[in-house]
Amino acid sequence: MYKKVLLASDGSQHAKRAAENAINITACGSDSTLEVLYVVDADKAKSDVLNNWNAIDVNDSRKVQMEEVDRLAKEAGVKYEIKILHGEPGPSIVDYANKNDADIVVVGSRGLNGLQEFVLGSVSHKVAKRANCPVLIVK
Amino acid sequence: MNELSYSQSWFGNIKGDILSGLVVALALIPEAIAFSIIAGVDPMVGLYASFTIAVVIAFVGGRPGMISAATGAMALLFIDLIAEHGLQYLLAATILTGILQIVFGILKLARYMKFIPRSVMIGFVNALAILIFTSQLDHFVDEVWVIYVLAAGTLAIIYLFPYISKNVPSTLVAIVVITGIAIYMDFGVRTVGDMGTISQTLPLFLIPEIPLNLETFYIILPYSIALAIVGLLESLLTASIVDDSTATESNKNVESRGQGIANIVTGFFGGMAGCAMIGQSVINIKSGGRGRLSSLVAGVFLMFLIVVLGNIVVQIPMAALAGVMIMVSISTFDWNSLRTLHLIPRSDAVVMVVTVLTVVITHNLAIGVFAGILLSSIFFVSKISRVRVESSLIGDKRIYKVRGELFFASVTEFLTEFHYNEAIKQVELNLSGSHIWDDSAVAAVDKIVSKFKENGIEIEVTGLNEDSSELVGKLANKLGTH
Repeated sequence: MYKKVLLASDGSQHAKRAAENAINITACGSDSTLEVLYVVDADKAKSDVLNNWNAIDVNDSRKVQMEEVDRLAKEAGVKYEIKILHGEPGPSIVDYANKNDADIVVVGSRGLNGLQEFVLGSVSHKVAKRANCPVLIVK
Repeated sequence: MNELSYSQSWFGNIKGDILSGLVVALALIPEAIAFSIIAGVDPMVGLYASFTIAVVIAFVGGRPGMISAATGAMALLFIDLIAEHGLQYLLAATILTGILQIVFGILKLARYMKFIPRSVMIGFVNALAILIFTSQLDHFVDEVWVIYVLAAGTLAIIYLFPYISKNVPSTLVAIVVITGIAIYMDFGVRTVGDMGTISQTLPLFLIPEIPLNLETFYIILPYSIALAIVGLLESLLTASIVDDSTATESNKNVESRGQGIANIVTGFFGGMAGCAMIGQSVINIKSGGRGRLSSLVAGVFLMFLIVVLGNIVVQIPMAALAGVMIMVSISTFDWNSLRTLHLIPRSDAVVMVVTVLTVVITHNLAIGVFAGILLSSIFFVSKISRVRVESSLIGDKRIYKVRGELFFASVTEFLTEFHYNEAIKQVELNLSGSHIWDDSAVAAVDKIVSKFKENGIEIEVTGLNEDSSELVGKLANKLGTH
């Protein structure tokens, strides 16, 4: 039913629960695919570049944060791909979902930083409001 | 990732660049003034620098979308030069800094930035944040209570205003509101005008008034070297951050050369040395800036605002600027490094802390970076100098298998690992898990061989890799000619 499933993930505990649900949904369809979106904004880029200064590619360490998703997806036999997007998390996910005709977007209800969420509003809320497809917010 | 073409880097994102340039100009003004005051020069020196650097770098920089201007990292380096020799020497030092940076760019040294360990980079950023913070404490010494209220009010607006709107930079709102309150209530607190004059004129071309002799050169050279290094360090770090957040490549050698050109021009137009700014570049990217146009607009609009609004700028209370600078230091600090301090290798943590402490004690970021690099090289040498020797007895033949790097730092301990007096006939020294790096290592192997031979034990050296046997051959020939 859902052919193209998008999962927005930031490596947090909430995102892991969202991952379980996204993988279950993808496993239902025989030719469904899962795309895992990891969004890097300018602040995140600052701390990631600094903390991976001697690394060959900063993106390697970001993929490591997706290990849990990787494990779950392999157990369920689900094909998936990691996409790293750049920009503000909310608008980037919405933009990607709308441009790539996603069938469903799965997001966690909360991110890593409570203060940021208080100041900037929650990503899940923005995605639910603006994406042109069903959005599953996982508590 | 791919690099933008030159015309793409100018005209690829016109609307976004103009809007973000305006935002950045507004955010640059308080910082340029505050950094001038840290250095002990007129606010105009920082404002002129921010104007010329932002404009010049728009044309010659290697990283479109990055913002360069007068910075705290640089201002902190020339406080003593200003105090002892005055502004003209700073201008000369700024020009020399530019020349050194151009040389750095031409020699394509940017790739060696990766040799600076991660913990030193983090130490650098954290030390910078701490110095910016402590430099603001002066504004609170022997002051009336209202200063604290104004600074706290500034911080509250900066952090809470984005909740209402994200379209206007909250630092600007904070400055406008707090300045308005201070003027209306007539607190009589110190303002920017008390720290120096704001002249509402464009910068002029001037040759620094200094005696052109070796003595002058020796005065400014150490400052220029420190400025060149710190400027490039922060610029190339910022360039990598912009690369990552926009998923595009940039040419670091062109950027180094561009920083140099910008500083030379700045020195001749009465501005202080500057470099790329992490905070402002992040603001630019977040506001939609991607191209060279954003930096040009930021510089031009900043100058326009000073020419038009200079007489209002002098009324900004110092407490409001201090509030902005405290925010800058909070956002500069890498808080992640505190959270992970107990998780990272002990030696990395020590290097980071030593880098920070050295900077805080010497007030010099360049010295801190050198101390950090030195310490981490010592740690590195001591780590790889651990050589393991496994011995096994097969029949009446003792086999020593060596694992590790053999060089000057590891040979002394290595020599004590063998039993030269053992009652056996044959010894095999297997070096297949090892590498011989220098003449100390060759001499050590020679010594082992001769010691066993002295005791009448036959010894065979096996498993030398190609590099090692080549070195042994070369050095053996040389030693043979003595």
